[in-house]
Amino acid sequence: MSSTAMTTAAASLQASRVSKYARRKRVNALALTLSLGAMAFGLVWLVWILIETVHLGFAGLTLSLFTEMTPPPQAETGGLANAIFGSVTMVTFATLLGTPIGILAGIYLAEYGQKTWLGSITRFINDILLAAPSIVIGLFIYSIVVARMKSYSGWAGVLALALIVIPVVIRTTENMLSLIPNALREAAYALGTPKWKVIMTVTLKSARAGVLTGILLALARIAGETAPLLFTALSNQFWTSDLSSPMASLPVTIFKFAMSPYENWQKLAWAGVFLITLGVLVLNILARTFLRNKH
Amino acid sequence: MFSVLAHAAAWLTLALLAGIIISLIIGAAPAIKEYGLSFLWTSDWDPVQNKYGGLVMIYGTLMTSLIALIIAVPVSFGIALFLTELSPAWLKRPLGTAIELLAAIPSIVYGMWGLLVFSPLLSEYVQQPLQALFGGVPYLGALFSGPPVGIGLLSAGIILAIMIIPFIASVMRDVFEVTPALLKESAYGLGSTTWEVMFKVVLPYTKTGVVGGIMLGLGRALGETMAVTFVIGNQNQLNSASLFEAANSITSALANEFAEAGEGLHQASLIYLGLVLFFITFVVLAFSKVLLAQLKKSEGTRT
Repeated sequence: MSSTAMTTAAASLQASRVSKYARRKRVNALALTLSLGAMAFGLVWLVWILIETVHLGFAGLTLSLFTEMTPPPQAETGGLANAIFGSVTMVTFATLLGTPIGILAGIYLAEYGQKTWLGSITRFINDILLAAPSIVIGLFIYSIVVARMKSYSGWAGVLALALIVIPVVIRTTENMLSLIPNALREAAYALGTPKWKVIMTVTLKSARAGVLTGILLALARIAGETAPLLFTALSNQFWTSDLSSPMASLPVTIFKFAMSPYENWQKLAWAGVFLITLGVLVLNILARTFLRNKH
Repeated sequence: MFSVLAHAAAWLTLALLAGIIISLIIGAAPAIKEYGLSFLWTSDWDPVQNKYGGLVMIYGTLMTSLIALIIAVPVSFGIALFLTELSPAWLKRPLGTAIELLAAIPSIVYGMWGLLVFSPLLSEYVQQPLQALFGGVPYLGALFSGPPVGIGLLSAGIILAIMIIPFIASVMRDVFEVTPALLKESAYGLGSTTWEVMFKVVLPYTKTGVVGGIMLGLGRALGETMAVTFVIGNQNQLNSASLFEAANSITSALANEFAEAGEGLHQASLIYLGLVLFFITFVVLAFSKVLLAQLKKSEGTRT
């Protein structure tokens, strides 16, 4: 082979390498730009939703929102007092009911049943319940409570919400307890402490902030839940503090009002959306700061 | 005593699942007896004549979730890529938190925003131009037909996509982050570009986790109720392939009809739909859990 042929072959090889390299660089630049775009895409929705919520909801924030009952369509005045009260009541009771059960089951998973079959099945089932459709929870409570009692009631709503609290609390309690170093437990055992006392006074106490975070997250989750309340607590136009009768709640009221064509109802719905979003975001951020300060 | 309590709480969780399944089966029994499995592929839903078939709702649920996945998966991958490889360290945390906050916004807020703010814009700037462009084209035109109101399968799918992006993105980010640095560095050392490292090294290494994350998102999308109910239009029809036609999903049918349904076949059919939904999500979520658990197990054994 002559030397000129060799140089042309080398040159063409070089040229193909350069073009290949340029192509790879182009693909890379394109992919990274798209990734940047995806990030922006995600953030745009968050910002857009928050801006609209503030923009449309803030105007409805008046004193009467908290003092007056839900109005009939096209009324001049009216507020959301009964719905806010109903929501707060049901969420409170649901948390009080669901939290102890969740913490206990979390303790079981982290302290008693790490390796047992009951432990692993419970963990698996719990993860599924965590993401299960909340409307199915509503159906469940409907068939075991509402259908038996022949009436919708605030208690049924409380039960449905409590069933949503439980998996969230189990999850975080277990995670937080398993972060506690074993040396701490062993030290307590070495002092002759019984197991229940070790758990109550040592491990659970050290994991306090984490468990609290779980409760806050559960609160944030149920404060905005609508689907499980639709056919358990139903709704109520009037003030009631009797949990055995149908009870209004903020999300269900928003649903009803937002789907209606009446302007005053829609305005109230936006105000309600503003309240819920604000509450949920504050709870979430609170939970995060709690956790960060601890770790 | 304490140990007994803790045990009881764990059993209660199991009993909960069993209770949900049993109560749904009992509630759906009249409809199961009447229609059997043919319920799944008949499409008349007529409370007046007391005839029920679930195909329309099942189609709506699957279709909206499919649209959501088509949008959400690439976007989540992009976000996870950005958060693990591109973002400056000081931005990682706030941006990650912001994406996670998307998951915290209650679905009713998405629903109301979708109905009153997003749908009109979708109709004006997407649907009408598409109709003008493809209106005369056979098959393709049918995809975009329908009244220009902006509610229907597509808007439900888009809103679901926004709602599941945080779930998929955070799982992807977590599994990308556990990829051994050694692997990535060797690829970079051979002269790979960032994209090649992600697509040819990290992604194959973490594929079980990524699929697990996608399944988790799918499970969420299937069971999402309020946001879908607001924007899907709630109409039982299946005679057009249009993405803009109002439709119905399992969850929206339950949310709209259940409280008004009389006892008997109507209610039983709705519970049957709930049972189908629970079954599908259960399978999807269980699959997701198994995949993610596998990844965890193989951590540290592979290098």
